[in-house]
Amino acid sequence: MIKKYGTFINLFFILSILTIAILIDIPKGPNLRLGPFFREFKIHRGLDLQGGTSLLYLADLSKISEKERAQAIEGAIDIIRKRVDGLGVTEPVIQATKIGEKQGIVVELPGIQNVEEAIKMLGQTAQLKFITENGQEVLTGKELRRASLAFSSAGGGQSVPEVNLEFNDEGRDKFATATKENIGKRLIVILDDQIITAPVVQTVITDGRARITGNFSVEEARKLALQLNSGALPVPLSLAEQHNIGATLGDKPLKESAIAGLFGIFLVMLFMAIHYKMPGLLADIALAIYTALVIAIFKFIPVTITLAGVAGFILSVGMAVDANILIFERMREELRKGKLLSVAIEDGFRRAWSSIRDSNISSIITCLILIWFGSGSVRGFAVTLLIGILISMFSAIYVSRVFLILTAKNNRLANFLRI
Amino acid sequence: MNFVKKRIYFYTLSLLVIIPGIIALCIFGLRLGLDFSGGAMIELTWQDENKAEEVVKEIKNMGRKEIVVQSAGEKAVIVKIASKNQEEAKNLAEEIKKNLTNKVAGVTEKNFALVGPTVSKNLQSKSIKAVIVASLGIIFYIAFAFRKVEKPASPWRFGVAAIIALLHDLLVVLGIFAILGHFFNWAELDAMFITALLTILGFSVHDTIVVFDRIRENLRLYPQKLFEEVVNSSLLQTLSRSINTSLVVIITLLTLFILGGETIKGFILALLIGIVSGTYSSIFNASLLIVSWQKFIEKRSLNKSVHSKPA
Repeated sequence: MIKKYGTFINLFFILSILTIAILIDIPKGPNLRLGPFFREFKIHRGLDLQGGTSLLYLADLSKISEKERAQAIEGAIDIIRKRVDGLGVTEPVIQATKIGEKQGIVVELPGIQNVEEAIKMLGQTAQLKFITENGQEVLTGKELRRASLAFSSAGGGQSVPEVNLEFNDEGRDKFATATKENIGKRLIVILDDQIITAPVVQTVITDGRARITGNFSVEEARKLALQLNSGALPVPLSLAEQHNIGATLGDKPLKESAIAGLFGIFLVMLFMAIHYKMPGLLADIALAIYTALVIAIFKFIPVTITLAGVAGFILSVGMAVDANILIFERMREELRKGKLLSVAIEDGFRRAWSSIRDSNISSIITCLILIWFGSGSVRGFAVTLLIGILISMFSAIYVSRVFLILTAKNNRLANFLRI
Repeated sequence: MNFVKKRIYFYTLSLLVIIPGIIALCIFGLRLGLDFSGGAMIELTWQDENKAEEVVKEIKNMGRKEIVVQSAGEKAVIVKIASKNQEEAKNLAEEIKKNLTNKVAGVTEKNFALVGPTVSKNLQSKSIKAVIVASLGIIFYIAFAFRKVEKPASPWRFGVAAIIALLHDLLVVLGIFAILGHFFNWAELDAMFITALLTILGFSVHDTIVVFDRIRENLRLYPQKLFEEVVNSSLLQTLSRSINTSLVVIITLLTLFILGGETIKGFILALLIGIVSGTYSSIFNASLLIVSWQKFIEKRSLNKSVHSKPA
């Protein structure tokens, strides 16, 4: 590619990519809008960096048939999402996960304040059941279409809050049968193992509507309706893990670490420039471009950045610099053999390539396996490292090379390349 | 410089670090972090100055074995409750918080975590599985990448030697952390530590392959040379690269260690130890092991041929 199109076209290509990357990188920069496709570019910080709560629920699937399990989990996730929306959390993460043999659901709530309240809201099962006097189950919350708050006028002109239920078609039929078979007997309404009310069936109800009347306050009735609407969980969940993170790294330590990281990169650049002089300086520019590209990709995909992710990034910086060091050491050897500068550059790259390729491919294999097997922080680490390695190969083999060749073409600058 | 001749000294130095570490691992084990032990962790901060010592003492006086308490600066304390029973751990954490609220002003809960036994067990088995599969993947890739390596070297030996060097580095870090964990009540096995081990795994193999690549190239260029000579000159040729690359990574890590936040120090330390060990093992172990292996095989076949000669 480099020879075919001439170095300046390559330089133009690099600068164009860099411009796009910088546009994505700058805070409050433009976002992407392609017709209906919209992507906001921002760094997604993981819970350990910004604070919040992470909850892991394990699902008890013992009472659900093999076939319906995936659907039950999907349903539970939908319901949890509705409940989370009620909490007003921005950017929650709700995902199915596997813990060994068990199915679970991970809920991440960034920046939440009242954790206890949130756990209460999310975890409650709100399982509605209608049972007969002899304990037979006739209806469940699954057959509910809608619940709403209503007021009935009781004796004395007072209006009493109640909850109106509307069943779906299946529920309507079931309810009709149940009321038919139980005239004169009680139907017991149970919510989360608590008897709410147990009215005596007066007539057959065929329109699929029912009312729950109890000694509700308006607030209680409203809440009950909301709970029933946001759905009975199709599967019982138990809280297996809970992390309330007051931003472990907190704002101050996070800043400290970020500054330390930048300072570290600065020292690395200094080392490269002093040790390898002109080529080192060129590698520094390539490293800066590398950093801009990686951050742009983190924002574009987007990758959620955790502490482990930062570690992956640091390692990939090391590998990016390593590729350059490998090339320069080779170049130096070729120059010592008395080769022409342009030949030494080409040979340096060519000979360093097999080691860069093999070491990076083995790292890529490791990353892929970790993404496949790992969970949580391990996966976060592998993802940032993988992106870093791919970009570092591009940066070392293509960007640094174009710079080197360009510099070698300039007679005055070329002398500085002789390391 | 002849590294190959002195290889026995390099192995010895490695063993001098690894063996005490393994002993410490066997006797003390690693301090399990919350992710692995299961239980609860609560971090409490308060407003009064100079109360940390008192608070720590107070909590220690509860006399519960499963509670580990650490001060985090002047106005904060981290309490870890290792327990398989989630409810119990949670109640204990709440009790500690309540007790503290009565004694010190302005107590707030900064962090709280609760981990059940299913999760901790799962993390353990998943991490181990990931490392084993990754190691196998690396062996196979190296064997593949070095398939055309000149005889008498064998591609599989390169793969296995890389993994031995990798195990070397993991054992060095694990051992040192077992010692640190026992004597300094510091450094524990948690998800971050696993991440550090994986980083070291990546770096170690990366570093080793660069040296192997040079051996592969020199074997092709100088077929008339002895294998151990080729290995030695390859080591010398890649020496400055190995050291420079490690220096670069160590510079970054040292600045992070000195200037970075308190919470990531253990993590950075693990990386530092691992990178130093990784550089050492890639220069002084991995390639030299292939030489030793080769010599062992040559010796054996020589013995065989001697023995099989008719008397």
